[in-house]
Amino acid sequence: MSETNYLTTDYTLRSWFLTTDHKRIAILYFASLIFFFFIGGAAATAMRIELATPQADLVSSDAYNRLFTMHGIIMVWFFLIPSIPNTLGNFIVPLMIGARDLAFPRLNLMSWYIFMLGGSTTLFAIFAGGIDTGWTFYTPFSTLYSNSYVIVAAAGVFIAGFSSILTGLNFIVTIHRLRAPGLTWYRLPLFLWSLYATSVILVLATPVLAITLLLMATERFFGVGIFDPRIGGDPLLFQHLFWFYSHPAVYIMILPGMGVINELVSCFSRKQVFGYKFVAWCSLAIAAVGFLVWGHHMFVSGQSLVASLVFSFMSFIVAVPSAIKVFNWTATLHKGSIHFDAPMLYALAFIGLFTIGGLTGLFLACLAFDVHATDTYFVVAHFHYIMVGGMVTAYFGGLHYWWPKITGRLYSEYWARTAAVLIFFGFNLTFFPQFILGAEGMPRRYHVYPPEFQVWNVLSSGGAAILAVAYLMPLFYLGYSAFFGKRAPANPWDAPGLEWQTSSPPPEFNFTTQPLVTRAPYQYNEAFEAKPQNA
Amino acid sequence: MTDWRPPLVLVGAWLGLLALLALTVTLAYVPLGAGNAVVSLAIGTIKAALVAAIFMELRHRGGLTLVFAGAGLFWLGILLWLGSMDFLTRT
Repeated sequence: MSETNYLTTDYTLRSWFLTTDHKRIAILYFASLIFFFFIGGAAATAMRIELATPQADLVSSDAYNRLFTMHGIIMVWFFLIPSIPNTLGNFIVPLMIGARDLAFPRLNLMSWYIFMLGGSTTLFAIFAGGIDTGWTFYTPFSTLYSNSYVIVAAAGVFIAGFSSILTGLNFIVTIHRLRAPGLTWYRLPLFLWSLYATSVILVLATPVLAITLLLMATERFFGVGIFDPRIGGDPLLFQHLFWFYSHPAVYIMILPGMGVINELVSCFSRKQVFGYKFVAWCSLAIAAVGFLVWGHHMFVSGQSLVASLVFSFMSFIVAVPSAIKVFNWTATLHKGSIHFDAPMLYALAFIGLFTIGGLTGLFLACLAFDVHATDTYFVVAHFHYIMVGGMVTAYFGGLHYWWPKITGRLYSEYWARTAAVLIFFGFNLTFFPQFILGAEGMPRRYHVYPPEFQVWNVLSSGGAAILAVAYLMPLFYLGYSAFFGKRAPANPWDAPGLEWQTSSPPPEFNFTTQPLVTRAPYQYNEAFEAKPQNA
Repeated sequence: MTDWRPPLVLVGAWLGLLALLALTVTLAYVPLGAGNAVVSLAIGTIKAALVAAIFMELRHRGGLTLVFAGAGLFWLGILLWLGSMDFLTRT
């Protein structure tokens, strides 16, 4: 460990809460997101315990409504959306481009405070009595009928949206303006292309969510006819506006995960990513086309058939760039010098789980099948394969990969691999049975169900127990590593990226001399054998 | 204390926005049928243009900044285009 680094420059609380160092802000986000992840996870655990039997044992219908709403709101806006961009992205982006910090360090700190304000507001709504609308806040229930804390929770999400916009803005300007000499666009690591595409979505889509929530509040408080047809509104307008944000938000969640996978697959295959330019432009293609597909959430809503056909077609189109990425990762593995270190196990899990999630998404893009599967567990399984199997897996992979850089410590490879394998099996046992449940017609968002569905629900709840233990494991072995792990060298993976060319953990301003980039990314040395193990 | 004053153009734009706001409210009470929506949207567009050109200073910017500002407009077009496709083709 170097003499002074960003962790040892100052130990006071003030130095953490008023820091403008992107690395410390990443740690602040990291701690906050762990907190929110376990709150959202606790709600999921309670639901899976309830669903182990067909009858209501643990909670009432009303409490169950509040549980799945809390799970959705917390996980989407206070874990998945900020997860990779605000933790790994915040930490790694300036290091990857050879910069001292993000373009707007104060704005970066402000985005964390805004995020915490939004999170606290939403938590207040949850603990004061909860919200029962589901994370989608659909009207007319949210505006006319719900007696829960709808507007407070929506205000929390509204506030957190500004944090997203500021982060996106910061990344866009940083990647445009602060790249090291020689770091041309086609020399950028693909993680940065992904984050750039994500940032574009954050900046363009999030304001629409803000407007939608404001319109909802306006109708609820003042009775202005926006969505209520009795007073001149249109009930589908809410869904159009909400999904104009929330479908691209799916790509806000998964694109950074794809970016991480590029780094992992390349590093642990010791090869350049196959078809670099295709993968890079596919990120932007996903960001752009992802804005044209929102209506596939509305096939049974009463939307016109013409609109449904167009949105169905566009949904097939948006799968193409995602598929290109999957094929290119697979091609990267081909004849690579594969190392099954923990981050690579996560990467391989991601590729498989994301593929299943993506392909079942194509099922749902078919109008006829979607009518059968809408609001069933098939949809729940599909999006969890993308969000949890994909995004959370990528997050854990990236966390393990960059952990030695972030903390300057090595972790136990044995425990890390064990956790990765357990997460993979726990995840599949939790969510694969839900495809079958959905196909057989079990609707989502009910806490009681016919007894013939119990066997699949028991399997799912058993898987959730394994998954919960597996998600807790890194808390212990990474927590141990942070304080007692062996010192990490600057470049434990023998990787060529700029972030590995500085010490672990990096000094306050990242580099002692300005890096100069003279070659394409991912120029790996195939002879690499050493594994950074702590035990 | 410096005797700094806001540039006249900012004050002018602000007064212009207030005037347009007053015009919007007044015209809301004039029965124009479908024309009410057209007039309101037209005034709203002028207000947005004033904010973009003067407060956001886009009139002094070029290149990449204008591309990003244009992207916002383009994406708004996508929302209106695909959104209205449903409303216009419902049976």
